[in-house]
Amino acid sequence: MEDSFVSKNTDHGVTLRRICEILDGHFVCGEERADQIISNACGCDLMSDVLAFTRPGSVLLTGLTNSQVVRTAEMLDLKGVVFVRDKHPDEHTLQMAKSIHLVVILSPYPLYESCGRLYAAGIPGCLEQSCDERHSGIASF
Amino acid sequence: MNDTVASLHFKFEVNGGDFAKAGDASSRVKKILQQIGADQAIIRRVAIACYEAEMNVVIHARHGFVVLDADLEKIIIVVDDEGPGIEDIELAMTPGYSTAPDSVREMGFGAGMGLPNMKSCSNEMEIHSRRDVGTTIRMVFENA
Repeated sequence: MEDSFVSKNTDHGVTLRRICEILDGHFVCGEERADQIISNACGCDLMSDVLAFTRPGSVLLTGLTNSQVVRTAEMLDLKGVVFVRDKHPDEHTLQMAKSIHLVVILSPYPLYESCGRLYAAGIPGCLEQSCDERHSGIASF
Repeated sequence: MNDTVASLHFKFEVNGGDFAKAGDASSRVKKILQQIGADQAIIRRVAIACYEAEMNVVIHARHGFVVLDADLEKIIIVVDDEGPGIEDIELAMTPGYSTAPDSVREMGFGAGMGLPNMKSCSNEMEIHSRRDVGTTIRMVFENA
């Protein structure tokens, strides 16, 4: 018998579980919080740019796997981080992610393709209207 | 902010070159502000600016402190270090300008956005620096 679980995009965003599916990825930690809704995403390896432009509650896609990525996510109240090209974080970074209840996903695709897949699925960047704002008709900033 | 807390003062040590603990002080500042019920948006601004300043100490200086003072009206972060100082503050404020080595850039920092980020997150920012002595950055965040 086939597994009948289906997770769909909603008008308000997509879940981290759906993001993991779109990326053909898998969870490294935080899967129990994978049903949180994400409205925006950011793909970047420069943490200062992430600190400058990323919205709270977003998901960050990055090719860096050091502990500063998790610290950056913590400061910004990000809900999840996707490490691209299946790059696994070290134990220290992973423990830090667990301690702040961060959802961590590994994507087999490179950064460009991972971002492209999410963008094609309707998840906007951090300088665009969020899925929520699109749905409610709030003007872009 | 919680009315029962009139004012508070905390000081955290930061060691230059200790990348494993880089961000610990900012993380503790953020948790304290959450515990006293500060506004989410202000906490976020303080956390970003404090983290950028703390990273600068880890990247460039030998040793330093992050000091948090908060009362009902404002939050003040002072980051004080012993280090090389900033030779040209105006130049250092230019987005994209950085003197960080490649090893730091590989960690995602040193993109020359630290000081501009701190300025845009805070209501007031002062920088005092002496070459080969150190740098003090004072940032004020006003409660709405």
